[in-house]
Amino acid sequence: MSIAIDRNKCVGCGRCHEVCPGTLIKLGADKKAYIKYPKDCWGCTSCIKECPVYAISFYLGADIGGMGSKVHTEKKDGLLCWVIEQPDGKTAEIAIDPKESNKY
Amino acid sequence: MRVERLKTDLLIIGGGTAGCYAALTASEKSDATEILICEKANIKRSGCLAAGVNALNAYIVEGRTPQDYVDYAKKDADGIVRDDLLYTMSERLNKVTERLEQLGLVILKDENGKYVVRGNRNLKINGENIKPILAAVVEKLPNVTVLNRVNIIDFSVNGNKINGAFGIGIENDTFYIIEAKAVIIATGGAAGLYKPNNPGFSRHKMWYPPFNTGAGYAMGIKHGAEMTTFEMRFIALRCKDTIAPTGTLAQGAGAKQINSLGEVYEAKYGLTTSERVYGTVNENIEGRGPCYLRTEGISPEQEESLLKAYLNMAPSQTIRWIESGKLPSQANVEIEGTEPYIVGGHTASGYWVDTKRATTISGLFAAGDVAGGCPQKYVTGALAEGEIAAVSAVDYISENTTGSISGSEIDAHISEIERFIGENRSQFTTEQLEEAMQTVMDSYAGGIKTNYRFNGKQLDIADYKIRQLTELSDALHADDFQELMYIYELRERLTICRSVIAHLRARHETRWHSFAENLDHPEKDDINWRKYVNSRMENGEIKIILRDLTEEGQKTYEHSN
Ligand SMILES: Cc1cc2nc3c(=O)[nH]c(=O)nc-3n(C[C@H](O)[C@H](O)[C@H](O)COP(=O)(O)OP(=O)(O)OC[C@H]3O[C@@H](n4cnc5c(N)ncnc54)[C@H](O)[C@@H]3O)c2cc1C
Ligand code: SF4
Ligand code: SF4
Repeated sequence: MSIAIDRNKCVGCGRCHEVCPGTLIKLGADKKAYIKYPKDCWGCTSCIKECPVYAISFYLGADIGGMGSKVHTEKKDGLLCWVIEQPDGKTAEIAIDPKESNKY
Repeated sequence: MRVERLKTDLLIIGGGTAGCYAALTASEKSDATEILICEKANIKRSGCLAAGVNALNAYIVEGRTPQDYVDYAKKDADGIVRDDLLYTMSERLNKVTERLEQLGLVILKDENGKYVVRGNRNLKINGENIKPILAAVVEKLPNVTVLNRVNIIDFSVNGNKINGAFGIGIENDTFYIIEAKAVIIATGGAAGLYKPNNPGFSRHKMWYPPFNTGAGYAMGIKHGAEMTTFEMRFIALRCKDTIAPTGTLAQGAGAKQINSLGEVYEAKYGLTTSERVYGTVNENIEGRGPCYLRTEGISPEQEESLLKAYLNMAPSQTIRWIESGKLPSQANVEIEGTEPYIVGGHTASGYWVDTKRATTISGLFAAGDVAGGCPQKYVTGALAEGEIAAVSAVDYISENTTGSISGSEIDAHISEIERFIGENRSQFTTEQLEEAMQTVMDSYAGGIKTNYRFNGKQLDIADYKIRQLTELSDALHADDFQELMYIYELRERLTICRSVIAHLRARHETRWHSFAENLDHPEKDDINWRKYVNSRMENGEIKIILRDLTEEGQKTYEHSN
């Protein structure tokens, strides 16, 4: 699995670069973020949760059964909202209240 | 390359779970102590907790005692544990849990304000932000400095006393020389020794963080620290492909392990952690695979909660459910064993420490997954050990002065780095040698390929090939300091592989199926092998030391010879 960064959305704040536990994301000369080592991504989604403009999405590699969906998170009214965009155009959204515990 | 010299009282290597809590404890115990954390990533989201966790797996629930936890962990490891370590950890589990809650962790409570328990030992939480919570506290401590993106590559040890460590700034091309009065090693366990489940594009979609490469073990081994139980590898039973944890489905939603005929097979093999893996492997060998966790038919509410719970710790599993169109209520979840890891928070591998978490190197303390003898630590156990190690280290500092690092030691490290970043003479890349190492371990040291089984002849081949790869790694080349870190990580792993091979070879029995399945000695042998297999590196060779088990219920252990 890995992540993709939308250059057009990236505003160069550097937060994804700062947080990645594998030091995999770099900022280019134009200050846009890019993933230098896509095969080394652990899929922890730390960078995705940091991005203020939702420029980063993650996907499952085809080798582990990925089918092309892209996922990002948005913060809305204190909720952490996961947005899953499927290749057929369908979108699923799951909102999580950070103050609520897992039930299992 | 810049060279920077630093001096501190307490150096903490690794700002993960145990490291952060050690900093907090040391800072509160002594505000005069200067504390420096060196972290290869950024403490906000580093190590095991980066993605979040789903439960607190180690907690003493009402009606149970710390001794019950000791008994449970001891049984799961079939006796090869240290009672004193388990007990001192267990005593602290509830205190650190309350502290976590005060710091902001959400823990599920009932209408009477009591924690809701999962099974006999677990608490339900929202662990998505557990690492940012810990990091925020540490960053506010007045006497703690955090150096992020500084990867420690070696200790400085003289006359079996630690004087500090050497590090590389992976984004600022800096070589660090750090002198300290005491050091806590908290670098976690080791992933990436064996070929992973999915060696292609998703090679890092593994359970244990691929960035925990076992530096702490390797540095200790090289400097002659005594290590224990490296033969007790940890193999996790995980959701297929996404390698997401299964506890939430099994303990949380009560899903049973079934084979492709729909038979519940777990009772046939036993319920310890290793037996659950072994059962799954065996069902596959005997033609009844694949194996699943039976989730079909769960209620819509259960399903919704599961989708959320996984987003809070292993988001890829939820994505998998949604994009495949097969939700857990509609299709059972396929499971598989991972490649073996060395991780002292789950099994008992790691530094041989005394009750105070002092290693056999004077001034060096160990906590969390890097410390041995004390399995089933999980998050709260790592915090508890961080606390114990910090208290011990602060006491040690009050009686000792800062050691000094010699010029010749510094020069040797600088010239090694210059060799790696100098002219490119290498025929191979670091990545190629890493793959070669994983293939060797997979084929000859009981990897996935051989269903985790091995014999002595295979281990001999593994040892020979790992030595060859170590020699080849001398000539590797790095274009920058990040690649330089990759060279050091590979060399760490090669050192650990040698120790794992030596330990697997030493235990002439099969006490834990799959974790150490020795085909030359397929039975358990309680008469001869109720022993710790320990080791120490001497003149470049791993020397095995067999030690008798400590007494049942023993509360303290001190290092002797
Ligand atoms: C995916 C996953 C899920 C888990 N889920 C749960 C759960 O739900 N409940 C539970 O109780 N337990 C869970 N655990 C177990 C628990 O998280 C760990 O046992 C515990 O966090 C280990 O703490 P640690 O401090 O030893 O390691 P870590 O927290 O990993 O810390 C090690 C730190 O050292 C740093 N480091 C490594 N090498 C170097 C170096 N050379 N120089 C500088 N820094 C370095 C790393 O970047 C990292 O920050 C889970 C573990 C994993 C991997
Ligand atoms: S998902 Fe995690 S490992 Fe992957 S690039 Fe983002 S922060 Fe790094
Ligand atoms: S966090 Fe988002 S906006 Fe900021 S640098 Fe990264 S991709 Fe660009």
